[in-house]
Amino acid sequence: MPEKLIPTDPTPSASTAVLRVRDLSVEFGSGTDWKAVTHDVSFDVRAGETVALVGESGSGKSVTAMSVLDLLPGNARRRGTIELSGEDLIRTGAARMRAVRGSEVGVVFQEPMTALNPVYTIGTQLRDVLRAHGRLSRSEADRRALDLLRLVNLPDPERRLGQYPHQLSGGQRQRAMIAMAISGDPKLLIADEPTTALDVTAQAEILDLLLDLQAQLDMALLLITHDMGVVADMATHVVVMKDGRVVEDAPTARLFAAPEHAYTRELLDSVPFLGRSEIVERQPTVSISVVEPDVPEAMSDEAGDAVLEVRDLVIRYPGRFGEKPFVAVDHVDLRVGRGDVVGLVGESGSGKSTIGRAAIGLVPVTSGSIRVADVDLASATRTQMRSVRREASIVFQDPASSLDPRATIGASIAAPLRWNDVEKDARVRTERARELLELVRLPADWVDRYPHELSGGQRQRVGIARALAVRPSVLIADEPTSALDVSVQASVLRLLLELQAELGFSCLFISHDLSVVERLATRVVVLNRGRVEEQGDTRQILHHPREEYTRRLIQAVPVPDPVVQADRRRLRLEEATAS
Amino acid sequence: MLTRFRRIAGAFTVVRWAALAFVLLLVVLSVLAPIVVPVDPLAQDVANRLLPPGAPGHLLGTDEYGRDVLARILNGARVELLIAFGASAVAAVLGSLLGLVGGYFGGVAEFLTMRLVSDVLLAFPPVILALLIVTIYGPGEWTLIAVMGILFAPGFARIVYGQTLSVKRLEYVDAAKAFGARTSTALFRVVLPNVTAPIIVQFSLVMASAILLESGLSYLGLGVVAPAPSWGGMVASGQRYMGNDPSTILVPSIVVVFTILSFGLLADALRDLLDPRARKGSHA
Repeated sequence: MPEKLIPTDPTPSASTAVLRVRDLSVEFGSGTDWKAVTHDVSFDVRAGETVALVGESGSGKSVTAMSVLDLLPGNARRRGTIELSGEDLIRTGAARMRAVRGSEVGVVFQEPMTALNPVYTIGTQLRDVLRAHGRLSRSEADRRALDLLRLVNLPDPERRLGQYPHQLSGGQRQRAMIAMAISGDPKLLIADEPTTALDVTAQAEILDLLLDLQAQLDMALLLITHDMGVVADMATHVVVMKDGRVVEDAPTARLFAAPEHAYTRELLDSVPFLGRSEIVERQPTVSISVVEPDVPEAMSDEAGDAVLEVRDLVIRYPGRFGEKPFVAVDHVDLRVGRGDVVGLVGESGSGKSTIGRAAIGLVPVTSGSIRVADVDLASATRTQMRSVRREASIVFQDPASSLDPRATIGASIAAPLRWNDVEKDARVRTERARELLELVRLPADWVDRYPHELSGGQRQRVGIARALAVRPSVLIADEPTSALDVSVQASVLRLLLELQAELGFSCLFISHDLSVVERLATRVVVLNRGRVEEQGDTRQILHHPREEYTRRLIQAVPVPDPVVQADRRRLRLEEATAS
Repeated sequence: MLTRFRRIAGAFTVVRWAALAFVLLLVVLSVLAPIVVPVDPLAQDVANRLLPPGAPGHLLGTDEYGRDVLARILNGARVELLIAFGASAVAAVLGSLLGLVGGYFGGVAEFLTMRLVSDVLLAFPPVILALLIVTIYGPGEWTLIAVMGILFAPGFARIVYGQTLSVKRLEYVDAAKAFGARTSTALFRVVLPNVTAPIIVQFSLVMASAILLESGLSYLGLGVVAPAPSWGGMVASGQRYMGNDPSTILVPSIVVVFTILSFGLLADALRDLLDPRARKGSHA
């Protein structure tokens, strides 16, 4: 990248900067062999400001943020300057660094489940942090811990003090984590993807809390995220990183209105925007206008022969001794017509993945029925299952874990043909694998490569090729893009759409991301705690939802537009104060 | 190709290269024993008994019956390595099967394989069990392979069981089932290849243990039947002449020590080589 977009000192009033990073390069290695992962990164975080550090995986955003507190692995070294209120943190001693961490700079990590110690109670961990920094007595620390939990709006704070991390929900754990991070009254709070592990509604609450705390405690906030929606929602200033370099550094409004760098534009374009993407027009599906009388009311508007039909489905996981069984799916009805793409949306724990896995025979049905190709999976024989597997196929969420690391991608793609006795000749199977690779826009001679030689997006293409090997009539896509970066996500979605148009398979698209579903699906089914909240035409559900739950779900999705986000936040806060 | 070479070079230190060289040398020499030392290891020559190492015609001297020690060491090595390899192979197959089935199916299958077979076997003192079976069936190569194969199986079973437990939860096993793999396919074509690395390391360690146990049993006269050469048997007979000719006991003992040490070092090298964390670029 020859062009240097950043002026060496973006602000003349650098004195007001809480954090001032100049020409920071982080290098990994040892001895004489050092490899830089970030190059001359410069930015400022001023008091009361929220700076978003944005980029895709491998862009160096986390490394940059962690280098502020020297939380890098042992084989890393930093060059350049990092100044906290004028004090150079790179050349400071270990003892002073310990004092800075927690008391002057707080950190919130991505995954509160692993960042909190599972064997200590929330109270113990909070007290330890408090006593490490201040000379507090036990009872003072107790009082302060309680105050902090109140400050982060953790419900029932007295009881939470005695609870362990696993007894809290994801959002509650993140609140506890934030309480710990602000316990030393820091000048700067670093939040590393603080909501990535959370559902959208929990995410919205945590983001509200962070902004609220920032105003109350007068902190500067450095937010690391890959989500342009979150950026639009939170940031006053944005620093875009790519391949270890800062490519753009601008106030949020200007960045979204007039992105200067090509990469920023690309990043903004690839973000699916709920409410703005055109609903895909598809050729009309073959429809028979006879409405069966026993079809439940919610689906009667959809006629035609169903490729996948779920009726009154209940899936229960048996509880351990003395525990009640867990009902994952509770009397669900849905159908996927020939050529349809049906979006199945819901938060984690809503049962959406369970339905997808049940439809492929991975999860046993407790009661009700799932019919694929006129076979009821609940009572299918071995031979019937065999024919179902030629009709229904699945793309898993994480291609890194769903491809056998010991099998070549050619073998993985051809495996369904082999295991279902579709094709007995190994040479023909390899030929098919080559064709399938070309179908998903990968070079045919990659059949001999192993999954670890591919990038995430390429691996997911292989996952799609494998799912299409048997030429299924219905494809179950279980969050196929949520493990991918946004720009890769966009191209994989485009591929899925093109293949769907080309091959005409039906698709049950499972996702927590409403904007992705909007781009792909003709119909949407909204799940909440194992029950269907509502279902119908995509446009109708996402733009004119009937149910309160759906409305909240849609409102919680941050859209990449600072103006819309500001409006929404105002509305939300007004609602909160009114009630 | 180059990266693979680098990985191998990285896993082997000088000592480990030496260990590999020693094992390979032992294998080659024992196979070619009749050519390298064209002397019958059983031919007695009482006139030249207890010659010290370096005596003309007898590089490592002779034993109490005047038999050539080098010929006996190398011919012994062949039997020794064959038995150790056979026993390890039997143990690996048996143990892996137990561990795979127990880990994959759980429940009753786990009780049968891991508790009833594996844990009960582990509870027996190995030498006592070996003594018992050898006493019943009589000494000999095949008995040794069978006994040691059974004795070392639980080690494999435990390792494979643990690995299977973690591998079976991974999504690619579910994927295999979703794409129509039969249970046997999922077990042997998907899970098994992903648990082979620790099996190979364990194999090398069990080779060392098997050589040690075989020598011990032969020393007690329960292994290879005399007068056929075996390292343990040589130590036993050399013991009686330890006072006037220490080489008769030292030579076979040193060979045993170096062989076991070499297999141990090889296991370390293999562990480093097969450790997925050491594989660069696998999680780019």
